[in-house]
Order: sequence, then C-alpha cells, then structure tokens
Amino acid sequence: MSYEAVIGLEIHSELKTKTKIFCGCATSFGAEHNTHVCPVCLGLPGVLPVLNKRVLEFAIKAGLALNCKINNFSKFDRKNYYYPDLPKNWQTSQYDLPICEHGYVDIETSKGKKRIRITRIHMEEDAGKLVHSGNTIKDSETSNVDYNRTGVPLIEIVSEPDMSTPEEARLYMEKVKSILQYIDVSNCKMEEGNLRADLNVSLRPKGSDVLGTRTEMKNINSFKAVEEALEYEIERQEEVLEDGGHIIQETRTWDPDRGVTLSMRSKENAHDYRYMPEPDLVPIITSDEEIEKFRESLPELPDARQARLESEYGLSSYDAGIITSSRQMAEYFDAVVAAGADAKLAANWIMGDLSKNLNAEGIGIEESPVEAQRLGEMIGLISKGTISSKIAKKVFEEMWKCPDSPEKIVKDKGLVQITDTKAIEAIVDKVIADNPKAVEEYKGGKKKAIGSLVGQVMKQSKGKANPQMVNQLLAQKLD
Amino acid sequence: MKLFEQPAHVLHDMLVNKEITSLELTQAVLARIDEVEGDVQAYLTITREEALAQAKAVDEKIAKGEEIAFLEGIPGAIKDNICTKGIKTTCASKILQKFVPPYDATVMQKLEAQNPVVLGKTNLDEFAMGGSTENSAYHPTCNPWNTDCVPGGSSGGSAAAVAAGTAVWALGSDTGGSIRQPASFCGVVGMKPTYGRVSRYGLVAYASSLDQIGPITKDVTDCAHILNIIAGRDEMDSTSLDVQVPDFTKALVQDVKGLKIGLPKEYFVKGMDPEVEAAVKNGVKELEKLGAEVVEISLPNTDYAISTYYLIAPAEAATNLARYDGVSYGERAEDAADLVEMMTKTRTQYLGEEVKRRIMIGNYALSAGYYDAYYLKALKVRRLVKEDYDKAFKDVDVIICPAAPSVAYKIGEKIANPLEMYLQDACTVPLNLAGLPGISVPCGYNKDKMPIGMQIIGKALDEETILRVAYTYEQSQSYHEDRAQLGGK
Amino acid sequence: MKVTKKDMENVAVLSRLSIPADKEELYTQQLSDVLEYVDNLSAVPTDDIQPMAHVLPVSNVFREDVVKESLSRELALSNAPLKDDGYFRVPKVLED
Repeated sequence: MSYEAVIGLEIHSELKTKTKIFCGCATSFGAEHNTHVCPVCLGLPGVLPVLNKRVLEFAIKAGLALNCKINNFSKFDRKNYYYPDLPKNWQTSQYDLPICEHGYVDIETSKGKKRIRITRIHMEEDAGKLVHSGNTIKDSETSNVDYNRTGVPLIEIVSEPDMSTPEEARLYMEKVKSILQYIDVSNCKMEEGNLRADLNVSLRPKGSDVLGTRTEMKNINSFKAVEEALEYEIERQEEVLEDGGHIIQETRTWDPDRGVTLSMRSKENAHDYRYMPEPDLVPIITSDEEIEKFRESLPELPDARQARLESEYGLSSYDAGIITSSRQMAEYFDAVVAAGADAKLAANWIMGDLSKNLNAEGIGIEESPVEAQRLGEMIGLISKGTISSKIAKKVFEEMWKCPDSPEKIVKDKGLVQITDTKAIEAIVDKVIADNPKAVEEYKGGKKKAIGSLVGQVMKQSKGKANPQMVNQLLAQKLD
Repeated sequence: MKLFEQPAHVLHDMLVNKEITSLELTQAVLARIDEVEGDVQAYLTITREEALAQAKAVDEKIAKGEEIAFLEGIPGAIKDNICTKGIKTTCASKILQKFVPPYDATVMQKLEAQNPVVLGKTNLDEFAMGGSTENSAYHPTCNPWNTDCVPGGSSGGSAAAVAAGTAVWALGSDTGGSIRQPASFCGVVGMKPTYGRVSRYGLVAYASSLDQIGPITKDVTDCAHILNIIAGRDEMDSTSLDVQVPDFTKALVQDVKGLKIGLPKEYFVKGMDPEVEAAVKNGVKELEKLGAEVVEISLPNTDYAISTYYLIAPAEAATNLARYDGVSYGERAEDAADLVEMMTKTRTQYLGEEVKRRIMIGNYALSAGYYDAYYLKALKVRRLVKEDYDKAFKDVDVIICPAAPSVAYKIGEKIANPLEMYLQDACTVPLNLAGLPGISVPCGYNKDKMPIGMQIIGKALDEETILRVAYTYEQSQSYHEDRAQLGGK
Repeated sequence: MKVTKKDMENVAVLSRLSIPADKEELYTQQLSDVLEYVDNLSAVPTDDIQPMAHVLPVSNVFREDVVKESLSRELALSNAPLKDDGYFRVPKVLED
C-alpha cells in the first residue's frame, strides 16, 4: 500500500509590541525572571484585561500580508484549562470569530510552486515558562514558574492540511516567517521562542480523500526540527499501518537528541476547553476603510519584490529568492544598487562574501559593519576596472574592519589595479625569462603550466596586475 | 442622634463647622464597634490603628484651614471582596485567608483622593455567592434589627455595619441583588449602579458580566455623594462606560410630578410575603399622592430570569475562580504527590460548599455537550429579559417592586436548601441580567419591626431619576431617621 | 435533568474538586435539583435570538502600546505559597 502524508501547521508568532497584550508590562526578552509582571498578567484576584491596540494592528497586517479576509466583527473567548504557567487557568484567545480567515501563501518547492491555504489567524496571550528541577518534565520533583512571558501577544496562524512533505512544511514556515518579518510585526527569533509550530500529520492511501488519524507534535522551534520530526513521524505511522495497526490520536514530543517522537502520557480526558465569550473584553469592530488603510501601509512583500528583482535586474529566480528572503537583505540590496552598483554583482557579493562574514560573526545584515553605500561604491570600482575582483576581496576585508571609503582604502594601500599594458608586459617578460622550465612545459603541450607563470606575474605585481591582461599577454608571448 | 448614627452629609457639615473632629468621630464609631460588634459581627478585619492615623491626618488639614472633600475624615467600611493594598482581602474564603493584595481597586484609589477613614473590611457570603452572608467561611453576620436573623447577602457585613452604626457608609457589590437585598433587610439604602458605571478593577470577580460595586448608606443623600466619588470610566476596565458622570447630588430634589411608575404584575404574585407587598404598594401610593402616575406593566420573561442567572453566573464564576489553585497565591494543600493532586486538594479543602456547588453547576453548563442547551440558551434568554425592560421603559420612567420577597429570616432557616435560597433572588437578578441601575430604600416594617425595602429601577445610566424618586419618597417619610435598637438575643 | 454519576465525575475533574464519597449523593441531588429547575428555559422560544454576552453596546476599547511600571519581584511573590530564588515553585507536573 502506498501512503501519502497530510500535514497541517499551527504557527505561533510572538508580536513585537513593546508591551503585553492586556497590560503594560514590557515584553523585552532576557529580563530577570518575574520582573516583567503586574497584577493583571499574574492573574491576581480582581484584575481585568485591556487590549493593546498595536496587537490588533499587527494581527490585521499579518492577515493582509498572508492574503486573508479581515473580519469586521471579532471577539475574544476564554479557553479553559489548568496549568501552572497560566495564572488564571484560562487562556484569552479567539474561538469562533477570529480576526482573520481564509488566506494563503505560495511556496517554491523542488517540484514547483504550491499554494498553502491558511484557515485562520487569531490573537491570543502567551503563557509563562516552567523551569523543571530535573532534565525533563518527567523526572522533576518540582518546577519553577516564571511569568515574564505570560501575556506576551501571539498570533496563531492555522493552515489547512495542504502540505504533503516535510520539505513543504519547512518551506511554508520559512515563508510565513519571512513575511512576518517583512511587515515588522515579529522578530521571529526562533532561539528566543518568538516563533513556534505545532505539527499535525496523518497518512492516507495515495489518491484517497479520506483523512487518516493524525498525531500532533507541539512547540517545534527550528526549521530543521520541523523537517526531521515530520520525516520520523511519517515513517513511524507508515510502519504502524503496514503492520496492520491503528494510529492513536495523541500528542507526541519530538526528542531531537534521539531523533524520535515519543508518546506523551495519555490523558484520560481530552481537554474540554469549555470555550465561552470573554465577558471582560468588548468586541472589536473594524471598518472596511480601516482595513484598506492597513493594506496601504504594508511594505512591498517578498513575492512582489522577488518578481521585481527578476524582471528589473534580470536576477535569477534562485538569486532573487535568496536576496528577498529577508526584508533587511532585500532593502540592503536595493541600497547597494542605488549606490550605483551593478545588480548581479551586488547579488553575488551579498550572497557570497558579505553573508560569509555575517554568519562567521553571528550577526544579521542590519548589523553589518559594511554598509550598503560602501559596498555599492566598491562594486562600482570593480565595474570601472579600478580594482579586480580579487583585489576587491582585500578591500572588502578592510572595509569590514574600518569605516574608510573603498576609494580611500584603495588609495592608501596602493591597490589600484595595474592595467597599463607596458607595465604588465615588463613583468611578463621578466617572468618568462626567469622560468624557462615552465615555459618549456607549456610550449610542450602542458597548457596548465601557464598557471604558475600567471601566479608569478601576480606575485611580482603584488596582486595588482589585471589577471585577464596577464593571461592574454602571456598567451600572446608564448604562442 | 448619637454621632455614630448620623449620616455622612451631616457629619461633613459638623467637621467643616469644627463642631467635631474626625478623631472624635472615628473614636465614637470605634467605641460603637466595641459595644455591638460582638453581636453583629459585620467585620472580618478592623484596621483600628490605620483608621485613627487617617482621622488625625484629616484633623491636621482642617486645623490648617484647608478645605475638605465630602467624605474626608468620615469612617466607612469596604466589603472584603474589594482589593485594598496592604490590607488582607479574604472574600470571606479560607483560600484567601492570608492574601494581601499588592494593589488597590480603582474605587479605593478614587476614595483615597477623598481621604476617608477606612475602618476595615466587612463580611460577605464567600466570593459573593449567597443571599444571607451565612456562606462566609468565617462566621455569619447578624441583622442589627434582630440578631437572630440574617442581614441578607452577599454584602451583609456592609449593610449590617451601616445599620448598626459601626460604619457611617460602606461599599458593597451586587451581582444578583447583593447590595439591594441586604439594604432592604437592614433598613438602609443600597444602590447597584448601571453596569459599567463603576469600575470593576480590583473587585474580585464572581460573575464578570453582572458584578457592580455600589454604595450602602444611611440615606439617599449619602448614596448620591458616594456614587459621585466612585463612578467614572476606568482605563483598567474595558467594560467601564465612557460616559459623562453627572453630579448625582443634583438629583436630590423632591419632585415626582408626572413621573410614570411601572408596577410589573409578575413581581407581585409568586408566594410573596403579604406584608412586604403591602409596604411596597403603600410606598407607591405615597408617590402617587406626590404626583406620580402608576402604570401596570408586564415583564413576561420574569419567570425565566432566575434560571438565566443561575446558569450565567455560575458559568462565569467557574472560570473566574479557576485561578484559586494554590500555585502563586492563596492557601496550598500539603502532602500532594503532584500538581493536579495539589490543585484538587487545595480547592476541595479551602473552598466552601456553596462556592464548590456553583463552580460545578457552571462547569456543567459550559461542558461539551451541554453548552448549547444551558449556557448558550441562557445568553439568549438574557436578551429577552433585557428586551422586556426596554419595552416597558418606553411607557414608564421607573419600575418599582420589592427588593426581596420577604423580610430577614432566621439564621439557619434556609441554608440547607440551595434551590430555595436561589428563588429568593427573583426580585433582584433580572436587573443584573439587563445591566440596569436599581436602588433599595426603606419603606416600612413588618409586624416584628423587621425592615422592608422598596426597589426603584431605572433606565440604563439613569441613576439620576431613581435617586430623585428615592429621595422624594424618603423625605416624605421618616424611615431614614430610624435606627436599629440592637436586640433579639 | 438528572445528573449521572459520570457527569459528576466529569464535572469534578473540570472543576479540580474531589467529592467525598459520603457527600456524593447529596451533591448529585443538589446539582440535579438546580439543573432540573433551570431546565424551564427550554420552554422559551429562542431560535431567532442572538445570545447576549455583553449587556453594553460597547466595542473597540484599547490601550496604547506604552510600557508601564511592573510590580517589584518581591511584591509579585509576596503571596506565593512556595518560593524559590525569585520563582514560584510548584510540585511535580505530570502532564503537559
């Protein structure tokens, strides 16, 4: 029997507002535990929530950027369950009237373009953090609770079960992340827990349209884990079904160290959340005019940007995809081109040397010591022929360390490319004279021997000779 | 009248005219507490030292010639489900027996701007669930008119304190009649404002869409003054209304000429105590003599109001009280093997019977499979109850009915049968469901000299009219000058 | 509406309450009495009626995204039954 996987994702993204969703506590990451708390987010007796306007704005913008319909009438509900990281023992969320519905996102898979539909997006509050005394929740006698994160605003983005492979799931999540960053509603720093996903996967016989029993894996917070967990779980389910068994509907944990999913201690009762309308919050009514204003305020989104880079600058779809994968990189690219650089060279430098250095230091492009302006100027120098690409690498390294302009660096270090034919010729002649063996080898048919001669000329010229000219002249003189 | 028997507006004038000092006044009320509190037991916490210090501070102000606000230096009490920073707030429950809020309710902040003297926190039915204050986990409160009887509930402590002279004024809370009914049982004035008129921030929630804080006072004048102080939009409460707060004391005029009073026929039929019915109808006759017009109206869904209330309130309560789990505040049960056991043991041990009952009713009504038939259905009937009032108010200006179907009954008489207790709320819960304002004023006694209250109900945000009607009626009688002669034992 | 034993068990779990064996019958009876009474609502025709969760015609109440001072950690923990180095401490958590 051949099976196909049916995958759906629920992505939780923390919104980058300054304050929590229902109170004025700061949301900044990394504070001392239990210092960003107040009576409201602690759920003390007598407290009441008041909605942070910016949370609504960000949720609407996210909905628009993800091609959703924004509901003119929306409300909050209580989702009731008991857990120590949830002070009121209910989570304020949205049940039947979420702020956004019926959207989609297009992804570029190895097999082509695919549209993944989004069922809904709703606002909710995050819970606190449990720090367990042991290594895992199972071998801890006690746990410590930190409420800093309680009340941090989240949007939950629920997809239709449109994905069929772990790759598609990863691509979908990456796309959603990049869009959310583009419109600046979330930092999406997965290592800080800004972005997490719950994965739902089931199998069905190929071609069938009946859904199988699904399992869920919660709080996956890396793209790698999304793919690996799904790969494992699909294989595991397939094995069970091939053996004639049944899939149990349950939540499983992903153990990244052992590379397996594990059944969690099954509960006697599935959660009865007893959803009810939140009486402490009033409904949200958004007019069509307001929605249009939000739509107009959105920046150019990744897909549109990519298309523009391909058509305007002739970048390959692959290159355009990488450059527009983050808003910061896309804006950096635009700035480099605006500084006068050739678009294709700009793309190469950004994807190559710049990214390499950024990754080595673990910083983002917005923290790059080499600003777009200077990189643009440097690329301009290459195009003008003032420096060769090889020399440019040296200039780039210098710019990384000091704030000088590329012109200044080139001048100070005397890196101007030698293009004077006579000057190069002189060196070429000298090298030919000094290296008879290599010359003989070359003339004897070993064309590769020219390499060492080129190397000698470059060495003699301290790297400044124009490499193409060196090759030309040597070839001329030897042939 | 003795000092502790005077209403706030008289005492304010005496302070301004330097006839008395706040310290004298506070000491007089504290002495009264020493005298009768043993019999009444209105208080859970008495903050004697703080009260004296507050009184002294006000006297210093007066001595300096500074102007004082209405309530400045006048001793009052706060129901113990309103959070007071630094002062234990128990909600009359064992689960919060040591809980000290690190913040003040908004009404406390508003009061503090007036520098009153806060004598302490008063007794209530646990978490405001009940109609007799017998559900307090600590002790019952006794009615100052007959200490064998209940003071009503859930704001029984506040009503009894004002009636006994152990507080000049008090704050209570009303979810299904918890201000109006005890005011009626104790022969004092009590008002539930329009829902949203007064901030709920800091009021420990029982039923979020029904709760309101309101004044309990010796007369209508004091009630209007206190409403002025506590009303107003609060940025901490999304359900508080963004409307102008009028000067409610301007409503204190005696004029009901042309006023149309609606008498709902459904409120005068169901097994009502005939003496109560007679007293209220006499009250209405008085108002007719003064120029008002009586119209019989119908509120057809009255029969269903209790059911609606006893589904919505417990459902909201079940979620509101889920937080009492021993995790971050309140009591925690010992010797629990794990978290779930700890939570279950804590709640079972430290929550009272009635509270547990309502939590279970609430969770039942919300649970999968029952939600539509119970909770959702109740929300729909709620709309019908409100529409009844909207229709009636097209033809009348106020609606009058009793605040309770009987006078105060004996302690222990009804507590064994929860359903019978719930049926006592027939006259008061419809108002909470509709969010309308209502005031109870004394209108007579039964043959045993137990007080009877007349409830005046107004349109949303029309506290001014009901205050005017209440004031007009009050001034035409002398019940507001009567004081309980503590006896019965 | 008679409340069954199973209903009571379920409701007890949802409420995080345990019912002592000697009180089981009493509680079940009391709950049944109330629920039987409130069943009178089923006689009210409500097919075209919208539920009313809020009695006020209010919407769109917001606050600005401005940081306000938090509670000191000391105050935040002042009522905690069990503390540990600035944390709230709870016993063994068995399930997620």
